[in-house]
Amino acid sequence: MQVERHDIELSVNGTIYRRAVESRILLSDFLRHDLELAGTHVGCEHGVCGACTILLDGAPIRSCLMLAVQANGHELSTVEGLAGRDGELHPVQQAMHDHHGLQCGYCTPGILMTMTAFLKQNSEPSEHEVREALSGNLCRCTGYQNVVDAMLAAAQTIRAAP
Amino acid sequence: MKPAPFKYIAASSLDHALALKAEHGDEARFLAGGQSLIPAMNFRLARPSVLIDINGLGELAGVERSEGAEIRVGALTRYRSLESDSRFLTDCPLFADALPHIAHPQIRNRGTIGGNLSHADPASELPAVAVAMQARMRIKSAKGGREVAASEFFQGLLTTDIRSDEMLVEIAFPAPRARTGTCFMEVARRRGDFALAGVAAVVTTDAKGRCSQLRLALCGVGETAVDASTAAASLIGQPWASEAIETVVSEVQAMIDPPGNVHASPDYQRHIAGVLAQRAITAAYSRAGHAG
Amino acid sequence: MTTRFFGAPVKRNEDRKLLTGQALFVDDVELPGMLHIAFLRSQVAHARIRRIDVSRALARPGVTAVYTAADLGEYWKAGPLLVPPPPIEGSIFNARTQVPLAKDKVRHVGEPLAVVVADSRYIAEDALDDIEVDLEILPAVVDCEDALNSATHVHDDLGSNMAAHVRQSKGDYRRAAANAHLILKRRFLYEHGISSPIETRGVVALWNARGQHMTIWDTTQAPVFVRNGLAAMLGLGERQVRVIAPFVGGGFGPKIMMFYPEEVVLPWISMRLNRPVKWIEDRLEHFFATTHERGQIHDAEIALAADGRILGIKDVFMHDTGAYDPYGLTVPINSQCTLLGPYVVPNYDSTFTALFTNLPIVTPYRGAGRQHGVFVMERLLDLAAHALKVDPAEIRRRNLIPPDAFPYSNEIIFQDFQPLEYDSGNYEPVLDKALELIGYDHFIRDEQPRLRAEGRCVGIAVACYVEGTGIGPYEGAKVQIQANGKVNVATGIGTQGQGHFTSFAQIVADELGVDVTDVDIVTGDTDQFSWGAGTFASRGAVVAGTAVSEASRAVRKKALKLASDVFECSEDDLVLADGKVSITGISQKFIRLGDLAQRANPMRGAVSPGTEPGLESTQYFGPPMGATANGVHAAIIEVDPQTFDLKILKYVVVHDCGTVINPMILAGQIHGGVAQGIGNAFYEKLSFDEQGQLLNASLADYLLPTALEVPRMELDHTTTPSPLNPLGIKGAGEAGAIPVGPLFAQAIEDALDLKRNEVELLEIPLSPSRLFELTRMARVR
Repeated sequence: MQVERHDIELSVNGTIYRRAVESRILLSDFLRHDLELAGTHVGCEHGVCGACTILLDGAPIRSCLMLAVQANGHELSTVEGLAGRDGELHPVQQAMHDHHGLQCGYCTPGILMTMTAFLKQNSEPSEHEVREALSGNLCRCTGYQNVVDAMLAAAQTIRAAP
Repeated sequence: MKPAPFKYIAASSLDHALALKAEHGDEARFLAGGQSLIPAMNFRLARPSVLIDINGLGELAGVERSEGAEIRVGALTRYRSLESDSRFLTDCPLFADALPHIAHPQIRNRGTIGGNLSHADPASELPAVAVAMQARMRIKSAKGGREVAASEFFQGLLTTDIRSDEMLVEIAFPAPRARTGTCFMEVARRRGDFALAGVAAVVTTDAKGRCSQLRLALCGVGETAVDASTAAASLIGQPWASEAIETVVSEVQAMIDPPGNVHASPDYQRHIAGVLAQRAITAAYSRAGHAG
Repeated sequence: MTTRFFGAPVKRNEDRKLLTGQALFVDDVELPGMLHIAFLRSQVAHARIRRIDVSRALARPGVTAVYTAADLGEYWKAGPLLVPPPPIEGSIFNARTQVPLAKDKVRHVGEPLAVVVADSRYIAEDALDDIEVDLEILPAVVDCEDALNSATHVHDDLGSNMAAHVRQSKGDYRRAAANAHLILKRRFLYEHGISSPIETRGVVALWNARGQHMTIWDTTQAPVFVRNGLAAMLGLGERQVRVIAPFVGGGFGPKIMMFYPEEVVLPWISMRLNRPVKWIEDRLEHFFATTHERGQIHDAEIALAADGRILGIKDVFMHDTGAYDPYGLTVPINSQCTLLGPYVVPNYDSTFTALFTNLPIVTPYRGAGRQHGVFVMERLLDLAAHALKVDPAEIRRRNLIPPDAFPYSNEIIFQDFQPLEYDSGNYEPVLDKALELIGYDHFIRDEQPRLRAEGRCVGIAVACYVEGTGIGPYEGAKVQIQANGKVNVATGIGTQGQGHFTSFAQIVADELGVDVTDVDIVTGDTDQFSWGAGTFASRGAVVAGTAVSEASRAVRKKALKLASDVFECSEDDLVLADGKVSITGISQKFIRLGDLAQRANPMRGAVSPGTEPGLESTQYFGPPMGATANGVHAAIIEVDPQTFDLKILKYVVVHDCGTVINPMILAGQIHGGVAQGIGNAFYEKLSFDEQGQLLNASLADYLLPTALEVPRMELDHTTTPSPLNPLGIKGAGEAGAIPVGPLFAQAIEDALDLKRNEVELLEIPLSPSRLFELTRMARVR
């Protein structure tokens, strides 16, 4: 079959990228290997582990379950865009550091993207709500407890922010 | 785990999408949320040669309703927009119970009701909900449209009544009825996993509290969603009585033939189908305003 | 030395990179001209290979090369035996190690048959479909009990499926049994699963023909071993090969120095094509291509005195080792040894047979066989408690090794070839704390009767264990103060998320009077440190940590000596703090460590006989034997008596791993271990059919616990330092995962009051469906 390419234009973390992509390239591969935004990790490629979670127009999605060509015209956010330009960590990143919410750190980018979006919508979550929101992100190292504590603390920081 | 090659076409209108499907037939698949199709393609279990992307077809998304009339849900409506539509959840409370069981937030941000129902996974929640609610499935092709009852729509394992040139475009749910209570419950190994068994119950009573209609549908226990309403026939015309439910439970258990899987033996599935039927009917009665 | 950092919950140095997406994992390595690799893997468990035709694959556009075993020529060799069997008299061990690509036979689903090199992974996978394979399918040996007498042999030349047979004993069990008040005998099944780190395995190999140098990025826990082995295989010197284990996304055992086919084949391809090549295991491959742990069947009996004291234990078990046994006997020896737990067992007679099956290879995964033994012992004690009408916690207490009995010898040989001797311990306070935290007496006296009256099925459980940790052979570390004042530490150990960048830095920071953030740790780069073993067996902190400590101490000495020369004063008058050396009482009189480092390497007169330049030292540490940690888990679990699903209402861990370097990191290790233990106990089961096909090879069906299944845990610690290393530390990496199986069995039995119906839970993993079947069988009986 003739390799078929599509011209796409998308924004990632505020930067506009124009590329020609083959139809079948997964968005996760496109971000990691074409745009070299390798902070988005791939863990299962069937939509279960959540490591590849990014924001599509502000909403968390699995980037392994979307084609790069489908991202044409959309605004994406990845872990590389979370910290401030001056290097200041986002409250969710800072809380993960403070509460030892990561060990090997491989699932961490997915967790950060899922939870920044969640806390934006619900800045006063219960522990159970945090656990429900987290349940689509598998972590094999932490047993989740410190991640949950980090999210409850981050929620407090976000609430207190002017 | 990378998909095999295919031709990708972003449909510019419903007519365009249907024309493409008519042209390519079974070789082509519609790409909606992609939350079942893309994993299957990554495993190379599905290898469509053409993908028709319908995500740009805004006319297929959204909920429409007018007072007292049926509730029409566009096939491209994502789970997430149903979850955050409080009026829809009030009108169709089975969805309020069922939606949180569908995978995880990231999946619900992409997955669509039409994609789910067209995929017809027997362990999925929504086919049972559609059957219990007596939804009408509106199907279109380039040649025209037709309508099928949910109970006729699901024909077998991952098989529906949709023909190779057709698309499910809209699902219509009956207007809410008075004195009606509903409940969806399931047992899954983890929250978000496919159901080992699930039960959707809709109970309507008359002014005297007697059961006037009871709809019961199950997921996860057969090749397709199972309409088990006849199992509850003995309750019709009767006032609430917890003992009467026992009969329904044995009827439900007798009429299903669960396949079993790596997580559950057929006997266990049959057992919990009964347990859930009892719990769901009881809860639905209670929500209809009667003892339960 | 002040200990500002040692023992404190210091936040991790490595976090920032990981939190901002800047950490380098193997799949992040991008090289110009890189080709991508996919493996054709056997779809069947056991077959003779008749023919493999790759011609169509080679013709596909974008495909550079396709290789089979025949193409490897002399390079094709069975892998090394990684751990030889311990010297136990009378034991049998048949080594059969995995091959790079299957040649005559395939012995498990997923064994690689051919390898495709292409412009992209997408194209490489396309080409897998083009390869034609003609196989003569053979019956598969799947069940390890059947394997013993099967006419089908995984390795034809062996004449049986026996991989090993080992007996170890202490005392005289027969005599003990003859005098027993009670003997209980049961069959136990314990299956462990797969480690399933969120990062799968991966290899990138880069051959530099001009420089005659090979660089390999590998998701390994033991880079030095891999470097040495690959150099030998490739016919290169160790200095011509650099293995880098960058950030590794979890491993838990199976990412150790396995010499997996992919690790062996990729460097060869890179050399052959003179191109960089990359292979990243996908999740489907991970289920077959990465090693498992899996099952054992124990026929065990316990002999007891009337008061519940253990007189002896006899255990005969079968161990499924899979298609090959490159890791020797580590897993079954751990089961055999760890069964004894924290208890006085005067007489012990344990025999195991390891069996080859047509299933993926079994090697250590967090716990590494310890779970299996602990399950048998803890269940035997529960059965004994019930039969003797003694409280389950009390029967444990009566059998604990008393504090004055240490060091305590169990008179058998452990996985490190050393006698199984517990170095130190004080077990009863650990049990007491756990019972207090879980509210044991209150629950049994007040809570449980109240809940039962409400119709709720809630049970309690308590389980004890020991963990042999921190084994040899050795690790080393090089500590160097740099001219910029930062301290660089290199060690040969790998890392997989345990916080080595911080815990090692804490040790150094205290010794050298610098901040933790001023210490850069390099692990997993063989060009930075050439010697070492790896991160496994809960040994990183114990063994490498001690080497780091020794090396820092030597550097401290050098710094003080040099400063005393500079200031012309005694070393005793110097203070090393805040990154500088100053004179006691005259804080304005100081020299920065960086300046001192520069002075240690002057252009004139740097070296006199017996001295060396720089503020640097390399030290090694090899413990005489492993240090034994211990702990108690307790839980309260509610079971839905109709659906048999469960909810953990409370979970407590009390643990003693000697001196603690960083309690925050330690807690994380325990949390993660318990989560994996919960998966093992109730969610994760590898389901094979009779043909050796894995029926649930996806994360949708192999159920890793999520944030909703893992409860909040309450942790506490006691501290009994180890006498085996100067820091007094014991390992902690595996402890959380070890006793969860018996804990679940005990709590569920109690919740559903199963003993009343004579239902005993003698297997792990359990599930709602299995509980339904077991209770229904009892009803039928």
